[in-house]
Amino acid sequence: MKHIVIVGNGISGITAARHIRKHSDHRITVISGETDYFFSRTALMYIYMGHMKYEHTKPYEDYFWEKNRIELKKAWVNHIDFEQKRLLLDGDASLTYDVLILAVGSEPNRFGWPGQDLEGVQGLYSYQDLEKLEVYTKGIRRGVIVGGGLIGVEMAEMLLSRGIEVTLLVREQSYWNHVLPAEESALVSRHIQAHHVDLRPGTELAEIRPDSSGKRVGSIVTNKGESIECQFVCLAVGVHPRVEWMAETPLETDRGILVNEYFETNLPDVYAIGDCAQHRQPPAGRKAIEQIWYTGRIMGETLARTICGTRTPYTPGIFFNSAKFFDIEYQTYGEVAVPLPADTETFFWEHSNGRTALRINHKSDAGAVVGFNAMGLRLRHEVCERWIKEERSIRYAMEHLRDIHFDPEFFRRHEEEIVQTYNSTHPEHVVVPRKKNSFLSRLFS
Amino acid sequence: MNIIQKTGLGLFLIGFLVWIATLTMGKFTLTDQVLKDNLKPNHYEQLRPSLAPMLNKTYATPFGFNDDLANTIDQVNRGYKIQNQMDKAINDSYAFALTKAASHGIIREANVPLFWASIGLAIVGALINILAGLRKLPGIKNDHIYHNSTTSRGWLGIIIGTFLIVFYVIIYFFPQYIANWTFLVDPLSRALSGTPASQWFLYGTLYTLAILVMGIRMLIKYRHNRYQQVRTVSVMFFQLSFAFIIAEILIALSLPYYDFKNMWPLDYDFFFEWHLDSLTSSGRLGMFMLVWGIALFTIGVPLFTYLYGKRWYCSWVCGCGGLAETLGDPYRQLSDKSLKAWQVERYMVHGVLVFVVVMTALVLYTYFTGQSNIGPISSYSVRSIYGFWIGALFSGVVGVGFYPLMGNRVWCRYGCPLAAYIGIVQRFKSRFRITTNGGQCISCGNCSTYCEMGIDVRWYAQRGQDVVRASCVGCGICSAVCPRGVLNLENAAPGSRVLIAPEVLTGNDMLRENHKARMTDTQN
Repeated sequence: MKHIVIVGNGISGITAARHIRKHSDHRITVISGETDYFFSRTALMYIYMGHMKYEHTKPYEDYFWEKNRIELKKAWVNHIDFEQKRLLLDGDASLTYDVLILAVGSEPNRFGWPGQDLEGVQGLYSYQDLEKLEVYTKGIRRGVIVGGGLIGVEMAEMLLSRGIEVTLLVREQSYWNHVLPAEESALVSRHIQAHHVDLRPGTELAEIRPDSSGKRVGSIVTNKGESIECQFVCLAVGVHPRVEWMAETPLETDRGILVNEYFETNLPDVYAIGDCAQHRQPPAGRKAIEQIWYTGRIMGETLARTICGTRTPYTPGIFFNSAKFFDIEYQTYGEVAVPLPADTETFFWEHSNGRTALRINHKSDAGAVVGFNAMGLRLRHEVCERWIKEERSIRYAMEHLRDIHFDPEFFRRHEEEIVQTYNSTHPEHVVVPRKKNSFLSRLFS
Repeated sequence: MNIIQKTGLGLFLIGFLVWIATLTMGKFTLTDQVLKDNLKPNHYEQLRPSLAPMLNKTYATPFGFNDDLANTIDQVNRGYKIQNQMDKAINDSYAFALTKAASHGIIREANVPLFWASIGLAIVGALINILAGLRKLPGIKNDHIYHNSTTSRGWLGIIIGTFLIVFYVIIYFFPQYIANWTFLVDPLSRALSGTPASQWFLYGTLYTLAILVMGIRMLIKYRHNRYQQVRTVSVMFFQLSFAFIIAEILIALSLPYYDFKNMWPLDYDFFFEWHLDSLTSSGRLGMFMLVWGIALFTIGVPLFTYLYGKRWYCSWVCGCGGLAETLGDPYRQLSDKSLKAWQVERYMVHGVLVFVVVMTALVLYTYFTGQSNIGPISSYSVRSIYGFWIGALFSGVVGVGFYPLMGNRVWCRYGCPLAAYIGIVQRFKSRFRITTNGGQCISCGNCSTYCEMGIDVRWYAQRGQDVVRASCVGCGICSAVCPRGVLNLENAAPGSRVLIAPEVLTGNDMLRENHKARMTDTQN
């Protein structure tokens, strides 16, 4: 029996702990300075908006950990002595390990803007950030959000829920357009503006200025020289692995902790997973650092198997991700690269309501589908994944669109309109969609 | 809240206060004529002399009036006891009928304007408040539910809960004190059934209005979600037509009161002698009602539950479900999601099911043999115990009174024997399940938080296992509030329900070690 110590109780670390417990009897300790228990980081916004309380964001009841013999320790780790296999914690406590898993996550980027350390300037990543946010946004009139990514738009929704006016600075010419193709980016931009967000594309932060107290934020200045009065600034310009505190150790880091396909670092019995891991050789089509909930979970599942004796490489399947922009859900499967690669074609359909859209990218030659983007539509994960893996053609996809549909019953179906759109652009091969099976044949299937 | 919402809320509160004030508006004077009209002739003879001091005396409140009335009847009964003439004792409850008949003054004369100034104004205010929701863009709008003391078990929630509990206790056990309220709905009652309003008509009217007004709230809140809209229209329709209008028209036609969508064992007195007698003596329609009532739970439940799951009844048709899904919707998040609560729920709800089956067996034994007792157990005392503890206290006082404290499905979850029965079918033989979408769950907890039945939906979603639970009423809110499109209510071959979580979630291509991982219920 080994003592497995996991630093970080986010999705990666906790997934690893749960799966190690399922398949072994190792002693498991999870250390976190952030919270006593695992909670869903993605749900922080819902706590702020009053949809849930913190306790609702805990995916397991508190008894779960003791019952599964997963020891939880609330402490910040100050230093790691890799030679002695020892962690130095707050208040001079220490802990030794046989196997160490670093799942320490990330922290918000700050690019050295003047005034970035003023009160009322922050990012949103941790539970502590949420607590700060409560204090900084109490009774204020306007907040400026810097960064046109997922956190930026969530933050806009959060502030609006408290009646705070929002200015959103987006460096790109259109919201998130280095990830979303132009049409989706435009769709989301329109929706953000429909919520009365002052969206400023092509605008960057130049400086944050204090108010009369000299300590708190009072306004910002954009790269275009405009000054915007505000009482709060959210820096939502991405995150980076939380590795600076380990700089003076033998652990090899670059932007993140460098790992091979087995999550092994340069040190024996030390692994890194989740946001903080940087792959020396990322799997094809994936990034070296991928700060996504699902990626963290997949890493945790995979590493647990190695720890339990079956050395297993990291093999994430077809990429997938999802988000919600105010009221519009977004799902993506496979590769929807921006800009469109030369060997790939794209099919795009948008509903006249301007809030619902579907994109299917496919290879130019045989038409094999490579990626899906859905806006305001729900797609079935397993089917999208299968079509991409089996290299089903775009024509096949059109014929079988019914199978990827995952919207609730009675929702308006768009298959017919989508196929019509496809046929109107490809009149040479008209697709006839497969009909729904009759009620009786479904009943006896 | 914007100005329109505030105006609506203000009007609602004024209407509500006027409604409460109407309780003080009558005067109560017992006359000889009132006694003659309302007492059985022999009781009139027995009570008339003792009630003489009360006659033509005017009381300002129903309390003094009823104190004197109850004391007089007690005195008369005590006299019979002393003289050993218990067969003459008066056990009929005349309190409500006499109070209402003795009431006079503005409440009787101005009942129509008072209706509009109280209930009418409250409806208008509520609708204004609700319609203001149209100003928001369509989508899930659960902002501030946990910041608001009404919806987070704060002091306002406790006050509302207390009011509901008191209201139910009075309706069930002390209706004489709210006789004034029945004047407000007398015109409606006369129009529908030709009879003056009882406390039950008042209750039915308020119940239906609550479902309709709060149903409109649901239609607006979920105007982006057609499943919610269709389902809400369904419960509004069944309440208004089957439970209210048709049932009242049957009374107007001198036919037995019958709610065609209610069924045994929720309708626990279906097999009581008085009910069977009234059906069997009402000709062809009565016989149809008897056969319909039996067919609903013997054929309807298994068939429709197999096809669509428990929801076909609990969140589409049922009156209790209808109230829970409309009036109760603001409180759905208050249900207990703990494993402990699930354990308690299973014992309680199945316990009530056993209780109602045993009681009904005793009742039928009495019906067919004429014997009231099996050994020391009397079927009459068993049914009165059930009627008091389950029928009145549990389903009414606790079931609705605890909405703001324990969520809107307390009765359905812990007490309803019909829900228990349908749940067993849903769990073991149904095409229904809530599918979880591959690996898309982010464990945020919205689904579990907003599950009115206290199911920890996230526990299933995050491990990629279908939600197959006896208690799920298929309201579809978990699917609606999911920010990542993970949950979907679906019907398909029962064998395709994923009852055991996959070993590895979709999105991770590492080799499966255990190839039986995706076992389904045909293989069990």
